[in-house]
Amino acid sequence: MSNLVEGRTGEWEVVIGLEVHAQVASNAKLFSGAPTAFGADPNANVSLVDAAMPGMLPVINQECVRQAIRTGLGLKAEINLVSVFDRKNYFYADLPQGYQISQYKQPIVGEGVLRLDMPDGTTREIGIERLHLEQDAGKSMHDQHPSKSYIDLNRTGVALMEIVSRPDMRSAAEAAAYVRKLRSILRYLGTCDGNMEEGSLRADVNVSVRRPGGEFGTRTETKNLNSLRFIQQAIDYEVARQIEIIEDGGEIDQETRLFDTSTGTTRAMRSKEDAHDYRYFPDPDLLPLVIPQEEVDELSAALPELPDQIRDRLTGEYGLSAYDAAVIIEERETASYYEAASAGRDRKLVANWMTVELFGALNKSGQTLADCKVTPAALGGLVGLIEDGTISGKIAKDVFATMFETGKDAAAIVEEQGLKQVSDSGAIEAMIDEVIAANDDKVAEYRGGKDKLFGFFVGQVMKASKGQANPGMVNQLLRAKLDG
Amino acid sequence: MSDLLSLSAVAARAALDSGEISAPELATAYLEAVEQTAPLNNYVAVTADRALEMATASQGRIASGDAGLIEGIPVGVKDLFCTAGVASTACSRILEGFTPTYESTVTANLWREGGVMLGKLNCDEFAMGSGNETSAFGPAINPWQGADGVDLVPGGSSGGSASAVAARAALLATGTDTGGSIRQPAAFCGIVGMKPTYGRCSRWGIVAFASSLDQAGPFSRTVADNALMMQAMAGHDPKDSTSADTPLPDLMAALDKGVKGMKIGVPSEYVMDGMDGEVVALWEQGQAWLRDAGAELVEISLPHTKYALPAYYIIAPAEASSNLARYDGVRYGLRVEADSLDEMYAATRAAGFGEEVQRRILIGTYVLSAGYYDAYYLKAQKVRRLIKQDFDSAFETVDAILTPATPTAAFPVGRKVDDPVTNYLNDVFTVPANLAGLPGMALPAGLNSDGLPLGLQILGRPFDEASLYSIGRVIEDAAAFSAAPQHRAGGAS
Repeated sequence: MSNLVEGRTGEWEVVIGLEVHAQVASNAKLFSGAPTAFGADPNANVSLVDAAMPGMLPVINQECVRQAIRTGLGLKAEINLVSVFDRKNYFYADLPQGYQISQYKQPIVGEGVLRLDMPDGTTREIGIERLHLEQDAGKSMHDQHPSKSYIDLNRTGVALMEIVSRPDMRSAAEAAAYVRKLRSILRYLGTCDGNMEEGSLRADVNVSVRRPGGEFGTRTETKNLNSLRFIQQAIDYEVARQIEIIEDGGEIDQETRLFDTSTGTTRAMRSKEDAHDYRYFPDPDLLPLVIPQEEVDELSAALPELPDQIRDRLTGEYGLSAYDAAVIIEERETASYYEAASAGRDRKLVANWMTVELFGALNKSGQTLADCKVTPAALGGLVGLIEDGTISGKIAKDVFATMFETGKDAAAIVEEQGLKQVSDSGAIEAMIDEVIAANDDKVAEYRGGKDKLFGFFVGQVMKASKGQANPGMVNQLLRAKLDG
Repeated sequence: MSDLLSLSAVAARAALDSGEISAPELATAYLEAVEQTAPLNNYVAVTADRALEMATASQGRIASGDAGLIEGIPVGVKDLFCTAGVASTACSRILEGFTPTYESTVTANLWREGGVMLGKLNCDEFAMGSGNETSAFGPAINPWQGADGVDLVPGGSSGGSASAVAARAALLATGTDTGGSIRQPAAFCGIVGMKPTYGRCSRWGIVAFASSLDQAGPFSRTVADNALMMQAMAGHDPKDSTSADTPLPDLMAALDKGVKGMKIGVPSEYVMDGMDGEVVALWEQGQAWLRDAGAELVEISLPHTKYALPAYYIIAPAEASSNLARYDGVRYGLRVEADSLDEMYAATRAAGFGEEVQRRILIGTYVLSAGYYDAYYLKAQKVRRLIKQDFDSAFETVDAILTPATPTAAFPVGRKVDDPVTNYLNDVFTVPANLAGLPGMALPAGLNSDGLPLGLQILGRPFDEASLYSIGRVIEDAAAFSAAPQHRAGGAS
């Protein structure tokens, strides 16, 4: 699959790297005990440390450290047993300390890798350069007063993981797939809720274009994109803009750009020359962060199974299609539902029932798996009834609809409504005889060579049985009667 | 009255416990002393009501047998410490009117141990200075006067603390020492000052100057009082990530251990050009006292000493430039309104920070800037490691190090204020201990020919404050320093 973009002067290769800011799932902030709950009143979740009162000192929240390690392990990355917190100095009204505590030269997590499963079944490996812990800033509100800005420090000091990829992506679709996959891993690990609308996951995208296989072009960075759609729009816009500039004989300025969600375009925020000098230096209020190897080992042993492992089992051992596997593993809850429902059943059949019927019904009713009345065991039971011939697939759909509404067991519904499949050859033969007797003309046509009419007879028999006749037996017996 | 003021803290504790004196009596005597010595400008706020309340409460605890280590002892607090409900300004206009809702760990420890708060003491603005001349409240004055009757600085930055203790306007006082800010004023005022090992006292609630160097410590008139206060204020604090979880030994027990068999190092690099001959003579006298008391004096080398001051004047301003960024007019303290955020910052910080603070912010910002970081900040950190290594290897052979506390005695107010570099040289003997994180004590050892006190400094291994108290006590006994400053409460007798 070629990702090259056709310009006026030939083909262009797109080069994309992402910096994802993922809010660490933790009850308290990175260096203060203040809560992190979303949606609190402005400035309700602010400690003396967050407000940078004189003499206040940061103390690391060890749970945030563990979350970063878990994430590093999930990205198959190197965990740095010694890392250092630095101060990134700049003035802004929603940055009370006048610096952000971040990790600059020695991050907690080093190089890792993230596997993308492309829709065509191929895989791509995207390099992870690093992951570091840092503080979030507060929020400035400029629309509350005619001449003043209001400041909300609730987010100030909340722990973020900045996850930096290598410039390994070659299209907007790959970038979106990367974020989707990263989000999925974070949610499996429970290290970030991945809620993009609430800002728990945001991305800065670095985009450049070059002639295929040539030297890297000059990149721009578009900041703070909080949806997959915006990420793709921003990349597409940047690619087109950059190609046009270069093809017109211009040069790309290395700059930071902002994305306008209403127009889907980007505009320059500041150039490289105007870039802040952040005067990074190690934060003297904090000692280097030292992690014992045993702690890493313990966290590693307790890591949940991750999407890649599950996917490999689903497409390998269980024989599912790449598509079904991708749909099932995107969320941890879905994957465990599937594992439970399909245990001891026909794995592919269960996958089919989940992705088509169950997800279809959930979509239609606006429910999530969490509110669904159909338990994994119940879905497995339904598939079991199909497998052992108790009901046909067609009847099963009706049974499922009732299950979805009432939460009842498939077997109970089949029993109550008398939907059990008819597999008694005598009864089926009797129905076939009736159908043949009532359709002399069609029988003659069929026997005269009009093979296609076979389906008509099947339909008539099934109708006569109210759908309960075993379709395989109907086929077999009908053919014997008509052809015999 | 003068009897009460002449009691040491240890003696006052005994008199309080025996019922000879009461805590409110003692507090009242000190509050009157504070008033009497007001011209020295060593207090920036007097908390008389609180002092009397605390003294009354102390008296109750003494009566019920629940007395803390410094129960009923009047204590002055450097204005760098945040004290709940009492304005805490770091003697800067930018923190004008700032009253914290919280109490620094060190002062909380002191109140827990029964200390009685007299008020907040003058200091250099944000602890940046060696003469207490950069304070927004004007200079504090040394209770000692030169022969010509000229006002002298008490040293800095904890000038108000040293001045108050020397003038008997406080029995004990807190200080902070980033480059010598406890030891140099102690020497200038003829009292005892201790900078503990970095990490010994919590920095939580102390306005930060240079986080990797700042350390709180006690001022007192005797070595024993100093040990007593140190015992009360130090301790591990989980709210300060750099606080050490190292148990504090019984410092009072160390006082009478003597120095027999101890090896005391005398660094050859501390003999400097242009050093006051009387300072050198006193240093030699100090060595003789320790030798007479059974210590072995050993010449040692601290080869990187000459780089300490330049390294300090890069690292300290670098950290300060970042630490002081929070004083931006947005949340508390001074704000000078302007049309834009950036203009508000500029106007507020120009009006709020004094000249010396602005100078250090500029230096610090410069040395951390892209293109200069490696040449200045990184190089200074390397020097810092070498200085630490110098001490590490010295302490393989010696138990402590004896040096002069300052190159000169106290200088006149205003004399050097226009020459920052000369002022910086005041810290030449004290700065290395901050860079290496070591404990250091300054104590009076004699008078110069102008009748001004000169001090000696003892440096020890990390977390070995105890040895400093043993050595300090020997010097104190040998020096028998009994001279009194011209300006002190209860008269000069």
